Amino acid sequence: MTDGGSVDRFVDRHEQVTEDIALVVEDTELPRRLRDEIYENVDARGGVTTEQANEIAQAAESRYLDTRVDPLDPVGTVSAQSIGEPGTQMTMNTFHYAGVAEMDVTQGLPRLIELVDARKTPDTPIMIVHLDEEHATDREKAHEVVWQLEATKVLALGDVSTNVADMRVTVDLNEETLLERWPTYDDATEVAGVVSDIVQDSLGVETVLTGTTIEFGPEEPSYRQLLQLVEQLREIVFKGIEEVSRVVIRKEEVDSGDEEYVLYTEGSAFADALEIEGVDASRTTCNNIHEIHRTLGIEAARETIINETMETLEEQGLDDVNIRHLMLVADIMTNRGTVESIGRHGISGSKESVLARAAFEVTVNHLLDAAIHGEKDDLNGVIENVIVGKPVAIGTGDVDLRMGSAPDTTSADD
Amino acid sequence: MAGQTPKEIGGINFGLMDPETYRDMSATKVITADTYDDDGYPIDMGLMDPRLGVIDPGLECRTCGKHSGSCNGHFGHIELAAPVIHVGFTKLIRRLLRATCRNCGRLALSDEEKAEFEEKLQRTKDLGGDPTDVLKAAVRQARKSSECSYCTSTDPYLGEVPTTQYDIKHEKPTTYYEELEVPQSDLHRRLSSAMEGEEEVVKPEELAEQVNERLRKERDRLDDTMGSRADNPEVETVEAADIQSLMSGEGIRGRTRPDRRDATLLKHIERVLNVGNDERLIDTSLDKLMPSDIRDWFEDIPDEDLEALGIHPQKSRPEWMILTVLPVPPVTTRPSITLDNGQRSEDDLTHKLVDIIRINQRFMENREAGAPQLIIEDLWELLQYHVTTFIDNEISGTPPARHRSGRPLKTLSQRLKGKEGRFRGSLSGKRVNFSARTVISPDPTLSLNEVGVPERVAEEMTQTMNVSERNIDRARQYVRNGPEAHPGANYVKRPDGRRLKVTEKNCEELAEKVEPGWEVNRHLVDGDIVIFNRQPSLHRMSIMAHEVVVMPYKTFRLNTVVCPPYNADFDGDEMNMHALQNEEARAEARVLMRVQEQILSPRFGENIIGAIQDHISGTYLLTHENPEFTETQALDLLRATSVDELPEPDGTNEAGREIWTGRTVFSELLPDDLSLEFTSSTGDTVIIENGQLIEGTIDEDAVGAFGGEVVDTLTKVYSETRARVFINEVASLAMRAIMHFGFSLGIDDESIPPEATEQVDEAIDSAYERVQELISTYEAGDLESLPGRTIDETLEMKIMQTLGKARDSAGEIAEDHFEDDNPAVIMARSGARGSMLNLTQMTGCVGQQAVRGERINRGYEDRTLAHYEADDLSAEAHGFVENSYRSGLTPEEFFFHAMGGREGLVDTAVRTSKSGYLQRRLINALSELEAQYDGTVRDTSGTIVQFEFGEDGTSPVKVSSNEESAIDIGSITDRIVDAEFGSEEEKERFLGRREAPTNLSEYAGPGLDKAGGVGVSDD
Repeated sequence: MTDGGSVDRFVDRHEQVTEDIALVVEDTELPRRLRDEIYENVDARGGVTTEQANEIAQAAESRYLDTRVDPLDPVGTVSAQSIGEPGTQMTMNTFHYAGVAEMDVTQGLPRLIELVDARKTPDTPIMIVHLDEEHATDREKAHEVVWQLEATKVLALGDVSTNVADMRVTVDLNEETLLERWPTYDDATEVAGVVSDIVQDSLGVETVLTGTTIEFGPEEPSYRQLLQLVEQLREIVFKGIEEVSRVVIRKEEVDSGDEEYVLYTEGSAFADALEIEGVDASRTTCNNIHEIHRTLGIEAARETIINETMETLEEQGLDDVNIRHLMLVADIMTNRGTVESIGRHGISGSKESVLARAAFEVTVNHLLDAAIHGEKDDLNGVIENVIVGKPVAIGTGDVDLRMGSAPDTTSADD
Repeated sequence: MAGQTPKEIGGINFGLMDPETYRDMSATKVITADTYDDDGYPIDMGLMDPRLGVIDPGLECRTCGKHSGSCNGHFGHIELAAPVIHVGFTKLIRRLLRATCRNCGRLALSDEEKAEFEEKLQRTKDLGGDPTDVLKAAVRQARKSSECSYCTSTDPYLGEVPTTQYDIKHEKPTTYYEELEVPQSDLHRRLSSAMEGEEEVVKPEELAEQVNERLRKERDRLDDTMGSRADNPEVETVEAADIQSLMSGEGIRGRTRPDRRDATLLKHIERVLNVGNDERLIDTSLDKLMPSDIRDWFEDIPDEDLEALGIHPQKSRPEWMILTVLPVPPVTTRPSITLDNGQRSEDDLTHKLVDIIRINQRFMENREAGAPQLIIEDLWELLQYHVTTFIDNEISGTPPARHRSGRPLKTLSQRLKGKEGRFRGSLSGKRVNFSARTVISPDPTLSLNEVGVPERVAEEMTQTMNVSERNIDRARQYVRNGPEAHPGANYVKRPDGRRLKVTEKNCEELAEKVEPGWEVNRHLVDGDIVIFNRQPSLHRMSIMAHEVVVMPYKTFRLNTVVCPPYNADFDGDEMNMHALQNEEARAEARVLMRVQEQILSPRFGENIIGAIQDHISGTYLLTHENPEFTETQALDLLRATSVDELPEPDGTNEAGREIWTGRTVFSELLPDDLSLEFTSSTGDTVIIENGQLIEGTIDEDAVGAFGGEVVDTLTKVYSETRARVFINEVASLAMRAIMHFGFSLGIDDESIPPEATEQVDEAIDSAYERVQELISTYEAGDLESLPGRTIDETLEMKIMQTLGKARDSAGEIAEDHFEDDNPAVIMARSGARGSMLNLTQMTGCVGQQAVRGERINRGYEDRTLAHYEADDLSAEAHGFVENSYRSGLTPEEFFFHAMGGREGLVDTAVRTSKSGYLQRRLINALSELEAQYDGTVRDTSGTIVQFEFGEDGTSPVKVSSNEESAIDIGSITDRIVDAEFGSEEEKERFLGRREAPTNLSEYAGPGLDKAGGVGVSDD
């Protein structure tokens, strides 16, 4: 029920919508988007009478009410089945990531299990880094971002040789690579200086820099230490994000039809990646739910769960699964403000009912703990009531009907 | 049973039980390990004492007086000779020992800390967290302090001091030690060497003096910190002589050897002498805590302290975790079985109880006889072992108790645990009566709502008839027919509750006696509703309600269109049937569960029931080339449908006879006002206008299961009943059509002309050449690697690509040479069965076999089979099958093909178990969620999970998942403004003012096709 005054804005906004039409439409149970759509259609057609508008609204309303979920529908079970059932049709293999032949990404059933388990780190963490306008179209600039992302280790920069006789390690840096990876510098020797400093700091040894060659050795001649130094040297990250082992650059078409460069990374460090200049933080994503949760919050995590599960299903040709089922799963996983797994360590393990928990997994422990804490099972849920043999309070079991005399029929027709 | 009101469980409290309660509820004390005497009667105060309940028929329970079957059994008890630990609580016992004082039992936390943990506990409880986590944190905190802040004890050298706490060592499963401080066994040697020192020798006098000084200082410090400290004048000091006697290995103060009481002294000597870690004078010794010690300790823990730990003090006192009385479960929980030879075989629990009583007895006898401590301890441990395994026989570190045959016993925990355990096996899922299982077979003459039930099953499954004046004649007839003639009855129930079995002999007589008020359990008859199920029940369409059609022979019969929802085929599948036993269940089954109500799948919001396989080939043949039929032929096609009149003919043939086209015949099944336009899977555009198929092929995309456009629209826009009628009729029509044309597939249908074979060979040869080129470039080192890939990987990828293309081009060549009327092609194009890839493999080339997504690389060192040179990279050496299935595979190819095939089998096996578990977890996590009247989704405790289901409250059943919005306002507007309504009725229905009437049965209600009268064509 809307009071007359408030329909003015619809009348104002749409030429063909009279106050009567607006009143008729506003009097329905239709949601805002559908009401607006009626106004737009009435506007587009022109010459719609109030009577016709009423009929349109009525037809739309009856269809709308018809498509709504029925109250007391066990939507949870239906969603669980709708995701679980296609699980039997999925493959177990790891395949190449959609179009990016260079990368292997966990997919199919293992990936779905991983998502539902809310694993701390996925089997193959990746980020899809979108670039801002300045960097997205220019290959050079896109590459600048790549060097900021990809972890640069010594083997990528030059050759390492160990001289056992003199107990010295020599790193012969490749000038071209240096200039490529540190594009802000003009002189390779300067970059070599930077590299040399990093080596000095992280290994704690004196380095000697000649041109682009770095030389160092253990303080006291020791064969073991020498080898250890080389080992450590290999692990030093000179530039980029440690977790990101590889970046693949790809030209992709965007919605507007233009092409732009998109970076796919093997390994993820979402928070760090967003800080990098040139990265479009609004479009960049990552397949680690927890990282998203930490950096962008729980709503973003929910969105990621939906997107990732949907993508996993689509990849397997099961794109017909209704997204509403995935939403429900994502919603229950994020309902308490943290990402919880589906299973005994998450939602099923933190159920209120002792019997429900005991019936799922680790039966005996749940019973013993319940005894210690003096818990009480109020038998509200589904599983408990199945166990004690009462009707479950869901679906038709949630309705009570009592036979009795009919109430007086004053409010019969409204 | 009559008159007994059913009790409803309101809630269940969990807690530990007080030993006193065990004794109170016990029907008898059990002291004898024997079960039955020589006459086979249970022994008094034995494990089968009749007061514990009865299992043998005829005997009377001595506690409640009931007979076996109605007596639930009663607990007894065993008085344990000594307390033993309950294995389930070993971790908690350890935690409590570590967190509380060994002397006063208080929790080693300050009042503030306690309050803090209590608050945390409340919060976890409110948030639904695990209280054990708080308990762990509290224990970790309490464990930090090494002194009790609530009580004191007396030290011989310092007087009154806060009680020192020692570390607790837990040896799994049930042994606990306190790590006490004792003098080293070679104390004299260590002391002497320490006094000699590196440079200077310390004299005993000096040492004594210094130590005394330190002790004095320590006492002063204690005086300061402890406030009121009991005056302890009798504290002892050390003298040079004491040191000397220690150095000679003797004890002090008249003791023969140094002991624990000297720990304080030695500690101070250590400090004075500055002893290194390796030369310490004090050793730690493990002092075993007997269960009785632990029990005493726990008795002292005050209730407030327990509350801070989250332990409910009234419901579960910690000392109750140490058992002094063992409850003996009623006989009914451990029934013995009489074997064929008359021997009794006892339950595992009884065996275990026998062990416990035996050891218990021996323990008591030995103790009374004054046996040495060692023997007592051994027996104690044995008793502990038996009680432990009685509770849980799968404790790591303890050998499981075994049956004589070597099979581990199934004791209490094992009974509850796991899939077949009490919870999952007996409480969450139960065996039921009125169920049947047999093989399924197809029957296209049934409606999809029906199921053919064998007579034998129908005679076993019964429905209860409440006899009244209106049905008494039928009821009597059923009884008269007896239990063996088909629509008969098995039992009758008189109003007084007596149940009488109907037999061949008494049926005539009994039929006369039946009066209103009686109940008759009659056989299943046509039209009854039953539930039908095929495992695995992966979605709700795996369990649907069908109407019974009683049939001869012994299989359940289904219409083939319900195969997709059940995922059933007829290669030996079995299915289950359940006969419903009350009106409420039958009503729900009819309204909600009947097959026609499940046409739409909630997974993707389109129909899951529709034409399959030959139905689709049939409609394809009928509509693709729009063949012509004479009147006889057309009527024959439609004879299994409700259509009995043909429309105006579409023309005449050369012979001048009236003809009807296939599309016209098909259109007869459509409602008159249906208009649709879509693309068929064959690729042409299907146009249906006002119930007439104007053009296009009717195939999978039109009438198939999994989203056939016509079926989907009929279900959503018209009604489930209309859709059911349509599917049934399409199936019948299609079967008639395919029989009319004839449809078969032989090996010659997969053959292609020799020139085509040549072309295929050429294509494959050129692919081989390209592969060879790749290999030579690779070997020359000229191959450029793809970014981020090694050269080897790049080569593999490129070879795979080349060979994949070769297979595709072979397929294309083959496809070009197939006729359009090739049955295999028809099936693939129409979506009936098979794909073009299958055809390619049969006619052209099977293609690359893969294991783990790569070419086959396993086998011998550097080669796959001994037939090839080492490091041969060629296509044929790595599993490329150039032959087709029709031409036959070479032995090598066959082997590679088997490798690929095996991987597929393993994959399927692994996948089913993984996805099964995933499904179970998902169901368990989401099962409580329910849409509410206000549109929100909440769980059963009321927590809101979604404010609007799926963000817009739209049901996934009614809207296809790839549809943006379910409601097309534009088309509604068009229709209303242009006023295209044939009648007022049509308009009313369009506006939604008239709902489709509810149909409850194949035999009743509107839209039926079984009973005469109302046809379908007039809607």
